[in-house]
Amino acid sequence: MSDIQFRFKLPLGRFELDTDGQFPAEGVTVLFGRSGSGKTSLLRCLAGLEQPRDAYLKVGGEIWHDTSRGLYVPSRQRAIGYVFQEGALFPQRRVINNLLYGYQRTPVAERTADFDQVVQLLGLQSLLQRFPMQLSGGEKQRVAIGRALLNSPRLLLMDEPLAALDRDHKKEILPFLERLHRHTHIPIVYVTHNFDELVRIADHLVLIEEGRILASGPLEEMLARVDLPISRDVDAGAVIDAQVLSHDEEFHLTRLKFAGGELLVTWVDRELGSDIRVRIHAKDVSLALEPAVSSSILNILPARVEEMQVHGRGRLLVKLDLNGVPLLARITRHSQHRLGLEVGSKLYAQVKGVAVLV
Amino acid sequence: MSDLLSSDDVSALLITLKLAGISTLILLLLGTPLAWWMARTRFRFKAVIEALVALPLVLPPTVLGFYLLVVMGPHGWIGGALQALGAPSLAFTFSGLVVGSVIYSLPFVVQPLQTAFSSIGERTLEAASTLRASPMDRFWSVVVPHARGGFITAITLGFAHTLGEFGVVLMIGGNIPGETQVLSIAIYDHVESLQYGQAHILSGGLLVFSFVLLFLVYRSNRSAALLQRRERS
Repeated sequence: MSDIQFRFKLPLGRFELDTDGQFPAEGVTVLFGRSGSGKTSLLRCLAGLEQPRDAYLKVGGEIWHDTSRGLYVPSRQRAIGYVFQEGALFPQRRVINNLLYGYQRTPVAERTADFDQVVQLLGLQSLLQRFPMQLSGGEKQRVAIGRALLNSPRLLLMDEPLAALDRDHKKEILPFLERLHRHTHIPIVYVTHNFDELVRIADHLVLIEEGRILASGPLEEMLARVDLPISRDVDAGAVIDAQVLSHDEEFHLTRLKFAGGELLVTWVDRELGSDIRVRIHAKDVSLALEPAVSSSILNILPARVEEMQVHGRGRLLVKLDLNGVPLLARITRHSQHRLGLEVGSKLYAQVKGVAVLV
Repeated sequence: MSDLLSSDDVSALLITLKLAGISTLILLLLGTPLAWWMARTRFRFKAVIEALVALPLVLPPTVLGFYLLVVMGPHGWIGGALQALGAPSLAFTFSGLVVGSVIYSLPFVVQPLQTAFSSIGERTLEAASTLRASPMDRFWSVVVPHARGGFITAITLGFAHTLGEFGVVLMIGGNIPGETQVLSIAIYDHVESLQYGQAHILSGGLLVFSFVLLFLVYRSNRSAALLQRRERS
């Protein structure tokens, strides 16, 4: 499938959704922005649930919407899966009949989803005979995701599927979403305003503010940019995709490998070679001109200063290059002065904390 | 049977059931799209339509009957037009009774349906759209199951209300035994001619029948309400 190209103009109360862009039709694209920024409206436009006065949408070589030519493919003919924030299950139908609603309406030749597989993937076996009112919030969302998947979608659209859930239920669903990501090849567009969800599941990030697309690009690149509003967040930091290299049983550690070197993290119960995403907060990275020999810090990596941006008074965000992999460090201007840092300086990044995400 | 009921009474009973049955059927066909529109529209003058539909609730049936008689009689614009086409005018015919009943019972069918339709979430319908359901498919697979209680109430009230109609029928249908004489008017006739025994049989029958019908509706609505309450908690 080629890219998803779109252009929508839709009035949204205080401002207007005015978007024009494209993103890859593979992996997980996250539409990220504050509540009311227009990200849900953009998702609804992709689904055909809104009628913008100006619209163009091309998915996988097919035109779904083009107001200039009076062309509009209704939602029911788009082969999409849509997961609503509240689940929107059919209350009068048992779980099994909710799941089969779209499946039964899909022509047999177009069915790509397998019922048993979806039930297993989302752990729905014990829920099949229940009614939606007998489900917890987390279970409802799992059923809603399963129902969307069984519609054999060519594009899966998810509108803050975890927003209505408390933290425990979020924890219950996230692994399913990550499995989904790995086991299906359906491109996913996912709306959220939650930073943690973003870094855990996104491959591609689209930043939305007041109805407009602020920036868009691969997650690693976007999180390593020092000029975007998200870089000012206390949680700002890079994500790195790595593989499990070895386990150290004595010290209960796992060694990960990525293009910029190796990382030691506390034991991760995963097979050798499996993919793992880690997140390194900018505030957890300090810089040194010499590698510290006697230090409690496990991860010290050679790096090069690529870009620096002043953030507030006396503070600095430094973008480092680790053999092509970006990393962010937050330091004081005093330190910059003391170390004599400038773009191109070679130094060592000392990583105090690595959060394993997947 | 013949000991209890005269042949006129039997035909009044049959005409009544036929009238209520046909009227209810037409009311469902007309009332469902009307109620759907009223539940979903943001039309500015919706209140005007709502008030018109509700009028039979407050108007004396004789007022309604009087206007219908004027319009449907040989000199009215509907009756006149029908006569010009070679058809009989609607006044004093069974068809005229059906027209009157449909208008008279309209709010009893439209209002429960409108309430039921309003309670269907927009998201649920959108979900069905994204799951390949056409508008007709959505109606049968999502709306009807959701509004089942509303339909039962609408059908029962429409039917029961037409059974008990008196004023409108008397004004536009007259009292032609075997053609337009319905139960309520037959009872009136019996009382007028002091045949209290006959009046008792018909009145008692109608009373018991109406009670049983309403009891069944309220019982089914109660279980639906309980179900919903359980859903909310």
